[in-house]
Amino acid sequence: MAHTIELWIAALLTFMIFSFLYKDNPFYKFAEHLFVGVSAAYWMVIGIWSTLMPNLVARLWPSSVSGFINMPEDAQPEYHFIIPAIFGILMLTRLIDRISWLSRWAMAFVIGFAAGTNFTRYLQSDFVGQIYNSMLPIIVKADGGIAVGAAISSIVLMVGVICALIYFFFSKEHTGAFGAASRLGIWFLMVTFGAAFGYTVMARISLLTGRVQFLGEWLTSIF
Amino acid sequence: MAEGKRDIVDILKAIDRRIIFLLIALAVILPLVFHLVFSVHSSPIVEAIFDKIESLPPGSKVILSFDYGPSTVPENQPMAEAVARHVLHKDLKLYMMAVWATGPPQTEVLIANVIETDFPEKVYGEDWINLGYKAGNQGLINAILLDLKGMYTTDIHGTSIDEFEMMKDVDNLTDMSLILCIGSGFPGMREWVQFAGDPGDIPVAGGVTAVEAPLLYPYYPRQLLGLMGGLQGAAEYEAALVTKYPQYKASSEQAIQLMGPQTVAHLVIIAFVVVGNIAFFAERRRDRRRKA
Amino acid sequence: MRVQIPLIITFVVGIALIVAIFVPHDPFHRMNEDFSVYFDLIAVFAFILGGGNLLKIHGNRISRRGRDWKYSVVTVVGFLAMLVVGAFKIGGPPGLTGDVTADGSWFKFMYDSIFVSCQATMFSLLAFFVASASYRAFRAKTKEATLLLVAAFIILIGRTPLGHYLTGWLPQPLQFLHIPNLSNWILSIPNMAGQRAIMIGIALGIISTSLKLILGIERSYLGGESK
Repeated sequence: MAHTIELWIAALLTFMIFSFLYKDNPFYKFAEHLFVGVSAAYWMVIGIWSTLMPNLVARLWPSSVSGFINMPEDAQPEYHFIIPAIFGILMLTRLIDRISWLSRWAMAFVIGFAAGTNFTRYLQSDFVGQIYNSMLPIIVKADGGIAVGAAISSIVLMVGVICALIYFFFSKEHTGAFGAASRLGIWFLMVTFGAAFGYTVMARISLLTGRVQFLGEWLTSIF
Repeated sequence: MAEGKRDIVDILKAIDRRIIFLLIALAVILPLVFHLVFSVHSSPIVEAIFDKIESLPPGSKVILSFDYGPSTVPENQPMAEAVARHVLHKDLKLYMMAVWATGPPQTEVLIANVIETDFPEKVYGEDWINLGYKAGNQGLINAILLDLKGMYTTDIHGTSIDEFEMMKDVDNLTDMSLILCIGSGFPGMREWVQFAGDPGDIPVAGGVTAVEAPLLYPYYPRQLLGLMGGLQGAAEYEAALVTKYPQYKASSEQAIQLMGPQTVAHLVIIAFVVVGNIAFFAERRRDRRRKA
Repeated sequence: MRVQIPLIITFVVGIALIVAIFVPHDPFHRMNEDFSVYFDLIAVFAFILGGGNLLKIHGNRISRRGRDWKYSVVTVVGFLAMLVVGAFKIGGPPGLTGDVTADGSWFKFMYDSIFVSCQATMFSLLAFFVASASYRAFRAKTKEATLLLVAAFIILIGRTPLGHYLTGWLPQPLQFLHIPNLSNWILSIPNMAGQRAIMIGIALGIISTSLKLILGIERSYLGGESK
């Protein structure tokens, strides 16, 4: 019974949102606003039960959660977790205008963490790693001979990376040989964007197919 | 044609967008109604994942991260189920977790569709485990690279992590033989490569939505050993799985079934672009003639 | 104090994490572990802040009878209902001791009936708009635009089974023209080249911005009192 009610509510909301395709209307607005409220609460509840309770409250005050979180009997409080607790409460001061400046301390920790980790990770994976990946062998041996196709592909890839990077270098005027390389870079970028467009279309159609499949299941449940 | 009279170009230009919406809806609905199905062939970038899982010895530890939500289930769920089926068939240890809060419900769907259906003999805590979601995005991946049990003190049901046989020799992500991420944005595959694969030297593979797939090609093959891109990628993995293990044909062809409407819709989109351009160039030629 | 202390916190945390990569021993290793866990916990407070902010904005709109205030009532009711059934794990067989998304819980019911259907449908609307944009906006006005469209067509056909049927008959020497092979090549070579260049450019931007944030040169996150 609950599953049937769930199916009908889901189908009704689906049609309410699809009605936007005809034009904006109160049904769509209702569904949209309901979704906003429900999703905000979902993330909050899941965050509290999955992370806050077992990883903060249970660690600072094990006896308080013994009724609903499985903790070792001899669990001792880990007092250093008062630091994230304080930062978390400071973050919530953003809701109170008079003391909202205190939330910057929590933001500073978040920004410092993100900047510190991103600095090394992007340097390793997205900069040095990509330069390393671009250095491909031009002479590729296969089946006792040279794989001409692989060699051409390697050259095209290296030339493409360099020319596309040249296009993004705006400190020098794009004239002469530099300009020619920049124009070649644009061509590579056009192919990149074409591939991105093709894949984007594929993604969006897949999502619609999934939704139509759900409506088919709902119709099947009626008949 | 006299000025002021509508010709075919004017008609094409003035088509109501709701007609276009209707045509694309029919392009998806009709193939589903008539069960239009095509055979699918796998590509090297997807076969790389298949071959990697095939090569892992029984008992190897594989982590499967559910980094997507209900919005991308048609693309991501078939990927997750196909790789999970393969991992469990090869008697590898499956550790399921999520970096998205909407991941755990999808884990439950996989448990019902794959584990309880095809592998009821597998024992929870010995062959597979559901660790659930923890907040923190890339911070979570950074934390579990160093100390997995520091964040995951219990499984998703609240049972202490030390009570499980398969968690006894797991300290952090470097104990894993393979990281499989099924993602649809941030945090996802990119963060797994940056915060786990590269610093921990752990093989990373998986599947993402078609929107994200082209963006991840630069990591392939050194940092990302394979990638399923969108519904086609999921269908290719299913095709590879079903070719090698036909016993899963009935249960592992979700994405292959959806490639029929996908194909028809792609043709309709191409037709829209072509007709739109024909109308554009015809109008330009007509305007030049009128000026002349 | 309003500016100096946040700058010091950002600096200390950022530098500690960078040093931890090069000195993977205590105390930096321990700081890396602990800061990662602290970050994850503070992230949850960000979710709570988001919920509180939603209540504040929509509550204000309702009390002032602002534009579309009746829809704000819907938002607040939906939020509070989901929060209550989730916070107290109402309806689930294991009660407070079990998983919040246990089968039979009201939280799971609301998630499956409202959240899943609304989110999935909103994203599926994009298919219609992409179709409309394909008809109205994608014009081969220049050689570059034509190249973009040709690449898109090859991908659109090559990433479906149709590609195999259309050119599967080609003899072995011409297999590189087989549409799926062509689309794989486009993705693996020119697309990879362009994406790699974009990735390197973005990485350089992020690296420099991260350094500016850690060193206190970039202070926009502090708001209006950053000067």
